[in-house]
Amino acid sequence: MAKLKELSKKQDILSSGHRLCAGCGASIAVRQILSACDDPVVVACATGCLEVATTIYPYTSWRSSFIHNAFENSAATISGVEAMYQSLKKQGKIDKEMKFIAFGGDGGTYDIGLQSLSGALERGHDFVYVCYDNEAYMNTGIQRSSATPRGVWTTTTPCGEVIPGKTQYRKDLTAIIVAHKIPYVAQASIWRWNDLIDKAHKAFYTKGPAFLNVLSPCPRGWRFPSEDTVNMSKLSVQTNFWPLYEVENGKWKLNYKSKERKPVTEWMKPQGRYKDALRPENKQLVEEIQKDIDDNWERLLMLCGEK
Amino acid sequence: MTTNKKGWKEIPKGGLILEAGNSVKYQTGSWRSLRPVRDEDKCTHCLICWVYCPDSSIIVKDGKIKEIDYDHCKGCGICAAECPTNAITMKNESEFRSEQNAKG
Amino acid sequence: MSKNTVAITGNDATAYAIKQINPDVMAAYPITPQTALVQKFSEYVADGLVNTEFVTVESEHSAMSACVGAAAAGGRVMTATAANGLALMFEIVYIAASSKLPIVMPVVNRALSGPINIHCDHSDTMAARDAGWIQIYSESAQEAYDNTIQSIRIAENMKVRLPVMVMYDGFITSHGIEMVDFLDDNVVHDFVGDYQPNHPLLDINKPLTYGPLDLYDYYFEHKRQQAEDIKNSKPIILDVAKEFKKISGREYGLFESYQLEDAETGIVVLSSTAGTAKTVVDELREEGRKIGLLKPRVFRPFPYHEIAKALSHLKAVAILDRADSFGAFGGPLFTEIRSAMLEYGKIPENINIIYGLGGRDINQKDISGIYEQLDEIVKSGKVKERIQYLGVRE
Repeated sequence: MAKLKELSKKQDILSSGHRLCAGCGASIAVRQILSACDDPVVVACATGCLEVATTIYPYTSWRSSFIHNAFENSAATISGVEAMYQSLKKQGKIDKEMKFIAFGGDGGTYDIGLQSLSGALERGHDFVYVCYDNEAYMNTGIQRSSATPRGVWTTTTPCGEVIPGKTQYRKDLTAIIVAHKIPYVAQASIWRWNDLIDKAHKAFYTKGPAFLNVLSPCPRGWRFPSEDTVNMSKLSVQTNFWPLYEVENGKWKLNYKSKERKPVTEWMKPQGRYKDALRPENKQLVEEIQKDIDDNWERLLMLCGEK
Repeated sequence: MTTNKKGWKEIPKGGLILEAGNSVKYQTGSWRSLRPVRDEDKCTHCLICWVYCPDSSIIVKDGKIKEIDYDHCKGCGICAAECPTNAITMKNESEFRSEQNAKG
Repeated sequence: MSKNTVAITGNDATAYAIKQINPDVMAAYPITPQTALVQKFSEYVADGLVNTEFVTVESEHSAMSACVGAAAAGGRVMTATAANGLALMFEIVYIAASSKLPIVMPVVNRALSGPINIHCDHSDTMAARDAGWIQIYSESAQEAYDNTIQSIRIAENMKVRLPVMVMYDGFITSHGIEMVDFLDDNVVHDFVGDYQPNHPLLDINKPLTYGPLDLYDYYFEHKRQQAEDIKNSKPIILDVAKEFKKISGREYGLFESYQLEDAETGIVVLSSTAGTAKTVVDELREEGRKIGLLKPRVFRPFPYHEIAKALSHLKAVAILDRADSFGAFGGPLFTEIRSAMLEYGKIPENINIIYGLGGRDINQKDISGIYEQLDEIVKSGKVKERIQYLGVRE
């Protein structure tokens, strides 16, 4: 609580007046993450909800310097900014401490942006990459991404007569990032703001690349009322759908363990996008989804030395 | 086509926006159909509503909730849903509209 | 002015220019026939001979993306590419121009796939002619070196602030060895001067936003600005050339006129083929033929008035294109010049010769054949075929 009082003294880097939907999880994530940065920061952002809604000409919601380039290249773009900073610093033309952060949705990170992210991580630039994962290409109208969970309705995986929504499981991007052997990787949620802000601080102040994957519930695309955003984030953690963990220099650490994990149906029931999956005839599908979550959780426990 | 907008000779080159954070001029408060109302007596100034507001519309001064920024609050209801003491209730915006219209 | 003449490839000469320019950041990806340039530059980096932060990106799309980030951050940025590399970064090439970032990029002209072909033609940079970059073509390794240095001053001029691509022919110029006069390091250093940032992201006192979303109420205005800015770069290109002459003794303009003033027929051709053609002009002039050559240097902004004027006295002209525009009436240089001549009001008889695609060679015999054809056209007053393909097997 004391922490919140301290943080509330700083001016938000993301100002009000942006046109993200009421109750948008992404803006909550951005506010919490940037509150952890104590130095001037340059923000790069991929095309998507966050970028589009915060920079409709002639308005910008960014109080720091901000660059949007294209959809698949926020990591490459911030690599260039950071490289220029390093170059000018080495030449003695800049002496201020500055931080660099790139935001991308799951579209711009898991899919079209995966290459440029991988390249930036591999080269070891000193920056933070945050994926605000709302589990579909939301800005263009809720189309599926590789982050969309199995069984979910999207506009490109509608629940039809023959095909029942998205057939593939989500890609485990966080694990792919861990395989890049960067100093800091973490999965976080907006519900446990304390955990997220601590992780963001670690990410900013770890030398080299850092990656945060933050589940960003989307009232519009997931079909739930706007006041439930934080509650959705809570359910994602309590059902083990979205485990909270970090990997610091290759060492896995679990950050939260529910006393008793809630069944995945608790996660699915409040979301209209799972309506079809919850029909009685899809009982088998739900069982498979539950098993997938449980298997992933067991594997995570082993990696974190909890078993 | 509105004629208030500047022409190509007047706007900055390169598509740049030089006034950082100027979106505060854009009043998203007009989106609301529900408005959060805070009960001063119940509020413990825990600042949970502040950390969860997507629109930076909970105004905090010296570690205490000062007010809600109704120029920008979109009425999402997260603050009311998350407040640990139920100090915030969502009320119909229409109750306040006539008051606003009166104010001009 | 001390001379330092070396036998060197076009790639190495250009790499040397980049070394002397000493950009703050270079983000580049190798692609044939540009590879030797980035390899050579890597050696300079590894030996600590430059201040450049060399970002070894994982694709050309990321190369231009990182260049945009670095240039917006506020420093001198360069890269280099060819053909499909340019095609891959196409989206970002437009963004570099619309964000007014003075990036300088040598492009080693190579054919666009498919089928895949690594040899010289101009299809790659011709495809990018609408992107808003200044485009300068080089005939030789010397010109590639000189144009790269001048492009820094052109791009960074406060009245311009636009990216520039500098072309030279793949394999022919990039890998062929020619004699190049290098300027001294301090001469280049003084000529390019210190980088003056304009709206840098790294200025924490003046935060700003690059790359906003324009709805239909602002995009057109931003594009109109681009059209105006590139037009206004023409006098600056000439001013920089004048200054360059003072330090090098070499003269540059919007194009080169070779024995054109009293010619009756002429050829318009870009890049290395102009070199071959000049030899033909010399030979045929010896025989008393009144022929000449025009070699465009600046393709964007297109010097329509100046070129149309220079050609206006000719009785017949052959415009050579080392690129095609499928479905158009002729290649890119042809359509530009025809339009320019119409505007100027004097239209010599003209034909389009599309040649050399995918590295198909063109030799002196081919070129004298073109002059023969022009003589025929003048004599008969008739053009048998307006658009021709030279050197392709039927």
